[in-house]
Amino acid sequence: MSTEILVFFIFVLSIFLGFELISKVPSMLHTPLMSGTNAIHGIILLGGMLALADASSRLALALGFIAVVFGSANVFGGFMVTDRMLQMFKKKKK
Amino acid sequence: MSPFIAIIFIAVAVLFILGIKLMGSPKTARYGNLLAAFGMLIALAATVPLLGSWETSQLLHGWSLNYILMVVGIVIGLIIGAIGAYSVKMTAMPQMVALFNGVGGGAAALVASLEFIKEASTHYEVAHETSAFITGSMLFATLIGSLSFSGSLIAFSKLQGYLEKPHTFPGQNVLNGLVLAVILGLCVYLTGWATTNSTAFIVMFSLALVFGVAMVMPIGGADMPVVISLLNSFTGLAVAADGFTINNISMIVAGTLVGSSGTLLTLLMCKAMNRPVTNVLFGAFGSGGGGGKAGASDLAGKTVKPIQADEAALLLGNAQQVVIVPGYGMAVAQAQHQVRELSDELGKRGVEVRFAIHPVAGRMPGHMNVLLAEANVPYDQLCEMEAINPTMDRVDVCLVIGANDVVNPAAREDKSSPIYGMPIIEADRAKTVIVMKRSMAAGFAGIENLLFYKDNTRMLFGDAKASLQTLITQLKAS
Repeated sequence: MSTEILVFFIFVLSIFLGFELISKVPSMLHTPLMSGTNAIHGIILLGGMLALADASSRLALALGFIAVVFGSANVFGGFMVTDRMLQMFKKKKK
Repeated sequence: MSPFIAIIFIAVAVLFILGIKLMGSPKTARYGNLLAAFGMLIALAATVPLLGSWETSQLLHGWSLNYILMVVGIVIGLIIGAIGAYSVKMTAMPQMVALFNGVGGGAAALVASLEFIKEASTHYEVAHETSAFITGSMLFATLIGSLSFSGSLIAFSKLQGYLEKPHTFPGQNVLNGLVLAVILGLCVYLTGWATTNSTAFIVMFSLALVFGVAMVMPIGGADMPVVISLLNSFTGLAVAADGFTINNISMIVAGTLVGSSGTLLTLLMCKAMNRPVTNVLFGAFGSGGGGGKAGASDLAGKTVKPIQADEAALLLGNAQQVVIVPGYGMAVAQAQHQVRELSDELGKRGVEVRFAIHPVAGRMPGHMNVLLAEANVPYDQLCEMEAINPTMDRVDVCLVIGANDVVNPAAREDKSSPIYGMPIIEADRAKTVIVMKRSMAAGFAGIENLLFYKDNTRMLFGDAKASLQTLITQLKAS
């Protein structure tokens, strides 16, 4: 079995896992959940870093730099804003 | 990749999975988010040893610039993200998520583009073969990522109020379909025949950006939550495709989890509105269709009955059961703290107060919960639509604060209405309904609300915050 097939297998399993994970979430947590998963796809920052490290032309440097800025804003902003939302949920428990 | 780093990335994937799982319950949600953030930090740290190949030292000088740019870029992103996350008002949260999602999509598209550039520049030097699978993933990431980027920016503008009205013209869906067909044709061409044709790639990239705009432009502001959720899952899939391209398992797993959970969330939201997702995306809902206008003409002879704050306060103070239905208007007026104060004041007088939360009230699922949580309204007072509707007949006063379409009885009564069949909070069944509203303007769906014309409905015009303040003062005085 080639690596590509194995990786694709992981991909298919992840699809089902994603469905299972959120199927039982109360609707009041939908906003934080959307925001939290939004932060998780900020892992694209890794891709940006790897691409920028490999960049050898000016164009590649510029695009890689933008990708890193974007990815970094996505990941850090995403987790912070989610935490801010969830903090408010917790506070009112008396 | 060394086995050690590979194992770290597997651990990161597990942390993400546990994080999402824990975010599904109110008690553990914050912990879940922190766990996922912790996983992200580990993933970032584990990436450092993977950066570049140190053997090719002739490029060392160039690399140092790469690393400077990398650190500067991360810091800039961190600062932008932190400022955005901590300065945004809770009411503007949906826009913020749209923006963060957009930049994530942009990053995904750029990472894929950089792979393409690398491919194009090394193709003639090295005898090297790229599988159609990898090229396909790269093109998919470019397409979906740039579409998500431009679409999210439009969604952001709409929620900010720059572009509230849906923009439609005849044949729009056909034109969009054509653009999409050209994009897909270019993708097939690039995958099968010309892996290094930059012109075709640039055209494809640009058309994908245009398509993102064209896709979101015709959709009304009321449907933005669905759009943001969908674009969020798109970005996830783009990131997963990037993971395939650069062979990074944690990107594949994280991206796919977001992609599938985001898709499910999108479907749940459409289900709450009782509309198929295709209708949201291609129906150009809210453009003032025939149904809405017919409803308006039926109401020509009817008038609404206004009420003054002192009378409203009297009604509320003497009620036994009060249900408050918050909507986007409460968010706009920033009135959640006054709502809570009113609820406390009524509670002191022995009035039983509950909040009816429609799943799509506001601009995001759970938007109202977040706002009321900010104002410290206890959980047990928040009721979901299904729980509150069967008890509506016994409710003395139903106070609607800035909600519109989610309490419109047209969803039940008017078969020609665009929202016919959507589950609503049946506010009209309460003995008295008090609607707080700034003006008689239609809701985001752009249709008339039959509730306002019912015999048991009284309209309390004015800014929600000011009106609530008056109500509280009146109650305290009496």
